[in-house]
Amino acid sequence: MSTLTLRAAPPERLDFLAINPLALSRLSQAEAERLEVGTTRRGVRLGDCFSVSLDGSDTLTIEGGHERLDRVGAALSEGAIRITGDVGQRLGAGMAGGRLTVTGHAGPYAASGATGGTIIIEGDAGDHAGGAVYAAKAGLDGATLIIRGSAGAHLGDRMRRGIILAGRAGAFAGSRMIAGTIAALAVGDHPGYGMRRGTLVVGAHGRMSPTFVETGAHDLVFLRLLARSLKGLSAEHADLLGRPLRRYSGDLATIAKGEIWVAS
Amino acid sequence: MSDLTLNGIRVVDTFAEAFDVAGTAIVVTNDTAKWAMIAATTMTGFATSVIGCGAEAGIDAELSPEETPDGRPGVRILLFGFEPKGLKEQLIKRVGQCILTCPGTACYAGVDGPTKIKLGGAIRYFGDGFAIAKRLPDAAGKARRYWRIPVMDGEFLCEDSVRAVDGAVGGGNLLFLGRTHSETLKVAEIAVEAAKAIPGAILPFPGGIVRSGSKVGGRTKGMMASTNDAYCPTLKGRAGSALPAECGVVLEIVIDALTSQGVSDSMRAGLHAATEIGSRHGLIAVTAGNYGGNLGRHHYHLRDLLEKEG
Repeated sequence: MSTLTLRAAPPERLDFLAINPLALSRLSQAEAERLEVGTTRRGVRLGDCFSVSLDGSDTLTIEGGHERLDRVGAALSEGAIRITGDVGQRLGAGMAGGRLTVTGHAGPYAASGATGGTIIIEGDAGDHAGGAVYAAKAGLDGATLIIRGSAGAHLGDRMRRGIILAGRAGAFAGSRMIAGTIAALAVGDHPGYGMRRGTLVVGAHGRMSPTFVETGAHDLVFLRLLARSLKGLSAEHADLLGRPLRRYSGDLATIAKGEIWVAS
Repeated sequence: MSDLTLNGIRVVDTFAEAFDVAGTAIVVTNDTAKWAMIAATTMTGFATSVIGCGAEAGIDAELSPEETPDGRPGVRILLFGFEPKGLKEQLIKRVGQCILTCPGTACYAGVDGPTKIKLGGAIRYFGDGFAIAKRLPDAAGKARRYWRIPVMDGEFLCEDSVRAVDGAVGGGNLLFLGRTHSETLKVAEIAVEAAKAIPGAILPFPGGIVRSGSKVGGRTKGMMASTNDAYCPTLKGRAGSALPAECGVVLEIVIDALTSQGVSDSMRAGLHAATEIGSRHGLIAVTAGNYGGNLGRHHYHLRDLLEKEG
């Protein structure tokens, strides 16, 4: 297992796009230490902030995270990265495969555009987790994002496919969803605002948009399949589907093929 | 006729001639086993022969809730056609008319294979634009795509596509030469039970048994197939009859399977089961149907099936 150990707080925001197990396995320790990770003209290199220990394996541990570490795991396509601590924005953005685990909190836009793999945030996530960055066509795009703590506003904004699980989420969860599935124990106001398709399963919610219409309680086969899919990810979220559920259809301001299932 | 014997019953030293076919499997589930079986029975009706029905189909197995994707009771159905295109047409028609229409059903792929057949992706148009696609990981973590089509009892859930296998074989067969109708039917019934117990094999004729075995062509112009006169007891004594004088009835079982081994295993099981009780039920001999070996590339020689284990 390769390890990067944070020696001191980074002097500026660091871009970890190029730091992943596959890339590091091709480098010597000296070459890895010379990788540029700074985002200013100061030219901060990996070895300036981290002590580096490489063994060529497909697992990388980053000991000591920091909210200035941006795009951690963004180029991950295989293997695993584990960060003990916090990370900055765009955790796993565009990630294609593998497993990314953060024991602390993550900044905004975590898992944006991620097409594969699993991203687990043990703490909280910022706004737009699984959401689209500005001008991007889609947010989460096939990966699985699990947020054990709370997510900020606009969770899964414009997500296109994949699964997001969150403890609690802020307002506008699932806004502008293209497709995919979000399950949260509670969400804020206006869940599914502007969603076209997709599924939200929530334990509780804030104010519902007036462009959603209740269709009643339904015992659908789809819910059985969804519960089975979620069971391996989070029993707590799968249990939501075992409770009586009311279904809301919307957003009627769009093509209205989305749905919000509310557990009672 | 030769002097092969099994359990004291004469076995003709000949072979069954079978053909490469396109085959697929689907799993149909419902809230109760009863309604899953109703759907499966309806879908596999009028599916005895590819020539006349467009497909050959049958029920492979009843599945417990633990064996199905949605945790409900289910039935595994096998469907065979001449080629993938014809198979697809029949599959869509039969699922559309018999599974979609049946209260409470859902439909899933029942086998993996190299050829993709769009199923839910075709039937979704019944949803008139209201159907919803959903991609979810299955128990093994593999992403599967489903269509949720609004219907009057809720939703019909159907997997987007199913798979056709390579190596499916249709036309394995055994002919039972008996003395009386009731006794020969009993022998054939026992053979059917043993033959269909092989996973991945079905017997598409009524109760698994066919009394109207056929030969290729006929004396009437345009007939693709006509009665197998060599095995009709009322035509005994004519030139070309293959029946001994004491034979009064011939019944045949026909076997389709997803693999050639499945056909072989199923024929073996049927042959042994029939001969084990044959002497008590007037069974005279067991033979098999072929076309001289020139039409189908799969030849199942009965002498190779005499051992109980293949």
